[in-house]
Amino acid sequence: MIFNIEYETMPREALESIQLKRLQAVLSHVYATVPFYKKKLDDAGILPGDIRTLKDLQRIPFTTKQDLRDNYPFGMFAVPMENVVRIHASSGTTGQPTVVGYTARDIDTWAELMARALSSAGATRGDIIHNAYGYGLFTGGLGVHYGAEKLGASVIPVSGGNTKRQAIIMRDFKPTILTATPSYTLHLAEAAEEMGISFKDLHFKAGIFGAEPWSEDMREEIEQKLNMDALDIYGLSEVMGPGVSIECREAKKGLHIFEDHFIPEIIHPETGEVLPYGEVGELVFTTITKEAFPIIRYRTRDITKLNPEPCICGRTHVRMDKVSGRSDDMLIIRGVNVFPSQIESVLMQIDGVEPHYQLVVDRIDNLDTLTVRVEVGEQLFSDEVKKLQALESKISKDIKETFGISAKVQLAEPKSIARSEGKATRVIDNRKI
Amino acid sequence: MQAEQISIFIENKAGRLSDVTGILAQAKINIRALAVADTSDFGVLRLIVNDNAKAEEALKNSGFTVRKTRVVAVKVDDNPGGLHNILNILKNAGINVEYMYAFIQQSGDKAIMIFRFDQTEEAINVLMDKGVTVIDGKTLSTL
Repeated sequence: MIFNIEYETMPREALESIQLKRLQAVLSHVYATVPFYKKKLDDAGILPGDIRTLKDLQRIPFTTKQDLRDNYPFGMFAVPMENVVRIHASSGTTGQPTVVGYTARDIDTWAELMARALSSAGATRGDIIHNAYGYGLFTGGLGVHYGAEKLGASVIPVSGGNTKRQAIIMRDFKPTILTATPSYTLHLAEAAEEMGISFKDLHFKAGIFGAEPWSEDMREEIEQKLNMDALDIYGLSEVMGPGVSIECREAKKGLHIFEDHFIPEIIHPETGEVLPYGEVGELVFTTITKEAFPIIRYRTRDITKLNPEPCICGRTHVRMDKVSGRSDDMLIIRGVNVFPSQIESVLMQIDGVEPHYQLVVDRIDNLDTLTVRVEVGEQLFSDEVKKLQALESKISKDIKETFGISAKVQLAEPKSIARSEGKATRVIDNRKI
Repeated sequence: MQAEQISIFIENKAGRLSDVTGILAQAKINIRALAVADTSDFGVLRLIVNDNAKAEEALKNSGFTVRKTRVVAVKVDDNPGGLHNILNILKNAGINVEYMYAFIQQSGDKAIMIFRFDQTEEAINVLMDKGVTVIDGKTLSTL
């Protein structure tokens, strides 16, 4: 099912001419309204009017997450607050989260793109959508919600957590489309199974899974265990939220990027050079229709490649591969973005803790687990076990308060954390994604 | 009248205890008493040895986290009710025992117990007031 035939199947040439027009408009808009972009363009000696072709976009400097932090909270907004109807913020950060805003038209655009995404997974007006993405500052829950309503489907805003109740709702309300993180989905399936509710007896036809990277193996597992088509969806709050790109049910081979709203590029993560289609690099986005929070050449740090081949589903929009990794050290643990440096700052606020730590990430019973190993130096050490255990709980509590995720803390002997060339191995990710 | 114990942090994994005993053997240090407190991940090894300074140095050189802890060595009648008598004195004085363990060797016809208190000085005073013999560190290491 294609929600917007005109735009989603538009011939490339017409699509690119729309992209250019919209790009020129958004550049004039941000140049006039966002001091950050004005300075950036001025410093590079570029005026919005100098961008005459899509290729000219490459002349504009990148925008990074640090730029967003530097302009916290509303410095990147391109409209006055009177026109902003919604604010979201990124997950899991100490210090400054990244804050994004939406006008009424932005919310409508987002709803349209999520409606397209749901349709791409086979959802129609008659479907019941079990939306287990978290509602709140995180864009997942509300993003899917508005798209489902736009499509005219029935949405159950169940949000995350309370797994037993979710299983009962799935049994009784008979939803046909599931939207959730893939790891939570497998956890949900197991919990349901324990309650005697089998997915084989449920009515799901497809699931839309995102907010964390997952593999083809995991697709196979979900499709087999849960008896539904499993589709990957991609999005990030800085660009919009879920619904930037999605796989189609027909091909399940790459995620169509809604190019009438976003211009994707792949760059070499070190040199910044733009790479041709088919080459693996870092994904960069420019939004060309957003009003409140347009973003120009935003470095997502996600590693993938683009495929312009026509798709059997009929969409002409370019496809990105499943994200295969990150060009920085960010970890996504249960959908929460965690940088090792943030854990470090939590640790360093505790008296006597030395900066010798290691994060071990695993996936046990389909849920991401985080173990924080901390070396015990003389300052931390006590001959009393209860004091050491109190230290473990304190670290664990501080991490929970900062990130909202549970971590197991393991005290380790000095020098037991592997150091290579004097540099400690900070992260061991044992998840098979 | 205090005695000194060496406390060592060890991860709960196979061979770690023997690493410690190996280092002490090499440094020709005699272990006089020992106790291990353990959790699922780590343990604290508590030792009374004949030469604290040498033991501490040898272990630190091998990368262990070592700390000296003040403990109290007490002579206990080696008959039924002997330990109870001591604990009763402490209970009446409101002194908490963090942990305790037995010394391997006897002193005459008495057993020796090593105590770790939260209030070390008070504990020593109370015990000595009641006629209990407290052994100082020097004497302990020559036993």
